[in-house]
Amino acid sequence: MADFFLHTIVGLIILTFLKALALIVPLLILVAYLTYAERKVLAAVQLRKGPNVVGWFGLLQPFADALKMIFKETIIPAGANRVLFVLAPMITFGLAILAWAVIPVNDGWGIADINVGILYLFAISSLGVYGIIIAGWASNSKYAFLGALRSAAQMVSYEVSMGFVMVSVLLCVGSLNLNDIVLAQRNIWFFIPLFPMFIVFFVSTLAETNRSPFDLPEGESEIVAGFFVEYSAMAFALFYLGEYANMILMSALTTILFLGGWLGPFGWTWLPGPIWFILKILFCLFVFLWVRATFPRYRYDQLMRLGWKVFLPASLGWLVLTAGVLLATGWVPHVSS
Amino acid sequence: MQPVIVHYLPILAFLVLAGVIGGALVGGSLIAARQKPYAEKLSAYECGFEPFDDARRRFDVRYYLVAILFIIFDLEVAFLFPWAVSLWSIGLFGFLSMVGFLAVLTVGFIYEWRKGALEWE
Repeated sequence: MADFFLHTIVGLIILTFLKALALIVPLLILVAYLTYAERKVLAAVQLRKGPNVVGWFGLLQPFADALKMIFKETIIPAGANRVLFVLAPMITFGLAILAWAVIPVNDGWGIADINVGILYLFAISSLGVYGIIIAGWASNSKYAFLGALRSAAQMVSYEVSMGFVMVSVLLCVGSLNLNDIVLAQRNIWFFIPLFPMFIVFFVSTLAETNRSPFDLPEGESEIVAGFFVEYSAMAFALFYLGEYANMILMSALTTILFLGGWLGPFGWTWLPGPIWFILKILFCLFVFLWVRATFPRYRYDQLMRLGWKVFLPASLGWLVLTAGVLLATGWVPHVSS
Repeated sequence: MQPVIVHYLPILAFLVLAGVIGGALVGGSLIAARQKPYAEKLSAYECGFEPFDDARRRFDVRYYLVAILFIIFDLEVAFLFPWAVSLWSIGLFGFLSMVGFLAVLTVGFIYEWRKGALEWE
């Protein structure tokens, strides 16, 4: 049996698909329960109860929502580009799933253990802009168009400082492989020496996923829902799934780059690696929700100012500083590969 | 030792699965739900008005500016990636070369800032 899976082409292909499914299915369940957790956390912050009717404590609410979405009518506006209009949510959703191919949940568990893992993630998250631009363009609606423009400008602005932060981490690792990045944190998690970059990175992920307080692209009080105003039924749901899957992805990325991935704190090993990894992701996700419950929305000029005039110079300066300190102290890592 | 490309094959599996799941959800909804379109339902949302012209109009030039600035800095980041992982072998000389390159870019950045390319009133 093991022979079949490891030594024949068909076996390998089936094994790869099974592995991929073993990651995607729990991911989608996590996405479903993230929407539930968001409503519960917001409710708790505002001293309400949140969803509590469908199932025990409302635990079946995500599935009720999904069923409702499926039985809604898919409306394609008369002026829209039909093909692009249907394609856009699939791109958003697909990219959010695709990025998970390289995430290592435990030592060597990355399904595609490629040497340029972090570059791949950077590329995939940059491609996310396409789904949004295409949706805004194909809808042929003024609100969708404005929302897409805003969203694209915001995402590319924060992409740059995210890139600089990733490079500062890479300087301390000496490898682009995600597995190596986590293993380099055996002695100290990177959020301690690179603390300002950790903050810049986390705030950038908020902006990158269009989350509050940077949710201007979908500011419901001014441009109704932004780029997906014309969407309905499952096409609409795919945007939502994509957004929440992206939140989880960004939390995973924060965990890998700064919070030591699957490594336990203080070298603890009494919980298996994947559990630590999931706990850290859940912590990051909670902060996402906490921020949403706490801060008011930014103005667009403030958003651009923060991205270009604060984060960009700060992360660039810190990058040069990191490289300088590493060289001066002789701590430049050397990974032989 | 397998060829490097084998490591990338799982990404193909993810691509296929993402496409299948996305297509199945949208297709399933199209089949399962009753579709009953009419002209008003299919018109673009505009707060109750009839949409009176095409939505794809001219837009603010600053979005172009942001896009151009993004290209400059993103290329810079792409250039920094290989530099960061090979710092050990290129040493001080490599570091100083990159500082020189970044200094030139910083001059450009200061120019943009002073010109007001980063202002959104």
